[in-house]
Amino acid sequence: MSSSDGRQTILKVEDLVTRFNTPEGIVYAVNGVSFELAESETLGVVGESGCGKSVTMLSVLQLIPRPPGRIVNGKAWFHEQDLLHLAPEEIRAVRGAQIGMIFQDPMTSLNPVLTIGKQVSEPLMLHLGMTKKDAEERVVELLRLVGIPEADKRLAQYPHQFSGGMRQRVMIAMALACNPQILIADEPTTALDVTIQAQIIELVKKLRDEIGMAVIWITHDLGVVAGMAQRVIVMYAGYIIEEAYVKELYSNPTHPYTHGLLNSLPRLDVSKERRLTDIPGLPPLLLEQPIGCPFKPRCPYGFDKCEANPPLVEIAVNHKVACWWDVKEGGLRNV
Amino acid sequence: MSENKVLLKVDNLVKHFPIMAGVFQRQVGVVHAVDGISFEVRSGETFGLVGESGCGKSTAGRTILQLYRPTSGHVFFGDADLVKLKGEELRRMRQRMQMIFQDPYASLNPRMTIREIVGEPLVVHDIAKSKQIDERVDQLMDLVRLNPGFASRYPHEFSGGQRQRIGIARALALNPEFIVCDEPISALDVSIQAQVINLLEDLQHKLGLTYLFIAHDLSMVRHISDRVAVMYLGILAELASREELYEHPLHPYTQALLSAVPVPDPFVEEKRKRIILEGDVPSPVNPPSGCRFRTRCPLAEKICAEQTPAWREITPDHWAACHMV
Repeated sequence: MSSSDGRQTILKVEDLVTRFNTPEGIVYAVNGVSFELAESETLGVVGESGCGKSVTMLSVLQLIPRPPGRIVNGKAWFHEQDLLHLAPEEIRAVRGAQIGMIFQDPMTSLNPVLTIGKQVSEPLMLHLGMTKKDAEERVVELLRLVGIPEADKRLAQYPHQFSGGMRQRVMIAMALACNPQILIADEPTTALDVTIQAQIIELVKKLRDEIGMAVIWITHDLGVVAGMAQRVIVMYAGYIIEEAYVKELYSNPTHPYTHGLLNSLPRLDVSKERRLTDIPGLPPLLLEQPIGCPFKPRCPYGFDKCEANPPLVEIAVNHKVACWWDVKEGGLRNV
Repeated sequence: MSENKVLLKVDNLVKHFPIMAGVFQRQVGVVHAVDGISFEVRSGETFGLVGESGCGKSTAGRTILQLYRPTSGHVFFGDADLVKLKGEELRRMRQRMQMIFQDPYASLNPRMTIREIVGEPLVVHDIAKSKQIDERVDQLMDLVRLNPGFASRYPHEFSGGQRQRIGIARALALNPEFIVCDEPISALDVSIQAQVINLLEDLQHKLGLTYLFIAHDLSMVRHISDRVAVMYLGILAELASREELYEHPLHPYTQALLSAVPVPDPFVEEKRKRIILEGDVPSPVNPPSGCRFRTRCPLAEKICAEQTPAWREITPDHWAACHMV
């Protein structure tokens, strides 16, 4: 898919399976996820809480706590090396250098007892071997780049002296410090107000286009994805259930879950009097491996074939769906 | 909706919280959480109150219900001024107005069964005896589409959406006329939000409820509200009917706020122009002089720092506080 417009694949994840051992039993968090990311592409990963979208990306970077987490299967190819099987010091050389990350909560992702200057210069000294003085100069540059006013004066300040939006800018500065090829952003604007969210999205888009890095943007917000991603993966119960270019996905949502999700959203630009279409029931808890289609208990089309788990298949060019039923044709899909 | 009578009238409501410091806990400052807001809520409507975190919208909701006593101002509910009521009189009035809280995990006592939680208002207000309470709880659970058979369970056995229904059942126990919904869906997943919103709409229809719907999700507020007020740093920036506010916003803050909300449609997003506001919301301890929005306003001029803009009715039923409108 990623090669269709001539761009090189930069990250290729194959059949990733991640589980957690908990006191309640095994949680089947990610159940065989495969996808590709092309150079300088922005990939949106959407789904509700517990769908495995964060765990997928954390697994790829070996960031899930092990134990209780366990990567049972899978490969994650990045520059001809499998990230899942790198030794701790090797993966550390990738994380924060070639692959940058930003997380949802900018308060807990920053160390409260270290100054901002120290935290942002850490990756520079660690990965790029800069001296303290050079690193500090570069930090000022980076903080300016992400739009922090009076950057030189704020080096000596601590995270609590920054607002939520400013902390997220600091996180972005840290993630970009070593010019990464991929930025993984895990719900980076969820804790922020909309006007601040707009600032951060604008900033990431601008930096992305300037640096030419690929972005994986994990979110539950279908609005944010619509405005910034080129391609979208929809996850449910640890599976990818639909994957397409953004316009195709929104104009032709094919999995009943994607369809339901888009219809359950109110829209800012429409006040047509309509009832929101709700999706009955709840997402599965994943304490058992879903047998058959994981969406079946909530699906309006469920039928006996759904006892078997549908594979993710290409139904049109660059549009993949995991569903037996062809809603448009009203019949069984040719798989 | 405009021909309906006014149920609630908020008149220049102010709520300041003192900041204490030092050994003797002397007052060193004031948080201007709500700083003079006025509006009317009409019987049977949903009045949306939107704003970003820290703008004072939740404090406004709580102060209206007298959960916080206002610093000054009036809240007329029917004929009574709630601010002047005390003790038994206020307690009796409380039966007519209830609240649904944001966090369905924190607002239900984990050591009480659902039956105790939903029935508690009836006990507190001494309205029913044990058998009647049981019947009423069953009835309420039916109303919010929960299985009454689950009434003997505890909150942790329910999902977020179900807990929010329990909170709604509790709020309905006393047959209130008016409910303050304080961010009732923001802790819930997208597919569950629609369930709760549909339930609130059905209940309003069935029971003739009036809602004050406090939220930061502007898309949802457009969906559920009849009229909408936009709050910024303790004051109202703009108030109008839903259609008017979203299609013809007058205040530069409303315009920026609306432009910042992403729309789940890539074709629309492609063409949208965003007004990106500079900086953060100033602290309510020390709000800017004149217009509070002027520090981030793209249109700000000299007068905005010198004079507080009046809260004016610009066109019929469309209010705004801005020198530039």
